[in-house]
Amino acid sequence: MRFAVIVFPGSNCDHEAQYTTETVLGQDVSMVWHKETSIGPADAVILPGGFSHGDYLRTGAIARFSPVMGAVKAFAEKGGPVLGICNGFQILQESGLLPGAMLRNSDLRFHCEFVHVRVEQNDTPFTRLCTPGQVLKVPISHGEGNFFAAPDVIADLEKNRRIVFRYVTASGDVTDAANPNGSLASIAGVCSAQRNVVGLMPHPERACDPRLGSEEGLILFRSVIDQFASTDAMQAV
Amino acid sequence: MKARVFVTLKPSVFDPQGRAIVEALHTLGYDKATDVRQGKYFLLDLDVATPAEAETMAAEISDRVLANPVIERFEIHVDADATPAGVVK
Repeated sequence: MRFAVIVFPGSNCDHEAQYTTETVLGQDVSMVWHKETSIGPADAVILPGGFSHGDYLRTGAIARFSPVMGAVKAFAEKGGPVLGICNGFQILQESGLLPGAMLRNSDLRFHCEFVHVRVEQNDTPFTRLCTPGQVLKVPISHGEGNFFAAPDVIADLEKNRRIVFRYVTASGDVTDAANPNGSLASIAGVCSAQRNVVGLMPHPERACDPRLGSEEGLILFRSVIDQFASTDAMQAV
Repeated sequence: MKARVFVTLKPSVFDPQGRAIVEALHTLGYDKATDVRQGKYFLLDLDVATPAEAETMAAEISDRVLANPVIERFEIHVDADATPAGVVK
């Protein structure tokens, strides 16, 4: 399977995304510069974390107009799996591929720490190997991860089961104390209406080895590899 | 033609930075400062002939780029003369 990792000026988790998929999981990876108009022969796309364009104007606001985003949109519209991590999530929101917007963390602090998220939905390409309610220990690293959307949008996300991850305690409970940034409904990640585009603020690619404190982020990448393998097997029949 | 664009969070959206500022003002004794909303200010130079054209272009730019309609609102002031009005310190 081939992953395309999109590299924007200011991306700083692109190599972590590459390391996880290529070195740890043995997949092919193309690093695609944001000026490209094609993502090449990719089976999944990762928009990595970082500070694209220095977070100028708003997080993700300039990256959204990069030439490569046309190809990312087309890939998403065809049903291709797209994962936006942290700044990648913010870029997908600015592009309109995912709902909501990020406000400054409610306590105005940059949070760089391990958190726990609960997998709310396992019918996305990136959570299909998870059990519903599974708790993952993954790091966050952001100053603007306070998920906001209008009440009708939040209601729609709940109704259509598009909240994929919520911040929880280690035992899986939603509490205010477990919500690091003030996100509405403790939202840590959501998916598109077609469910193939997933964005989350935590960094699963930084939780790919016990030596890093957790390898519980690997399941997102294993899930999409598993989906690709089963689609491939179906096509072979 | 100059257009000044002010972008602020919508009234329905909590502004943690504005809150931090107003709390600091209260610490300083400005009890009558009841609220602060922090925002952004853009000064656009537009090579167009009329204020109406400047307004239309500034609105389009604000809507597409300068503001995120999910959380923000914008306000446009077009200055027909080259120097923007207002007190500059």
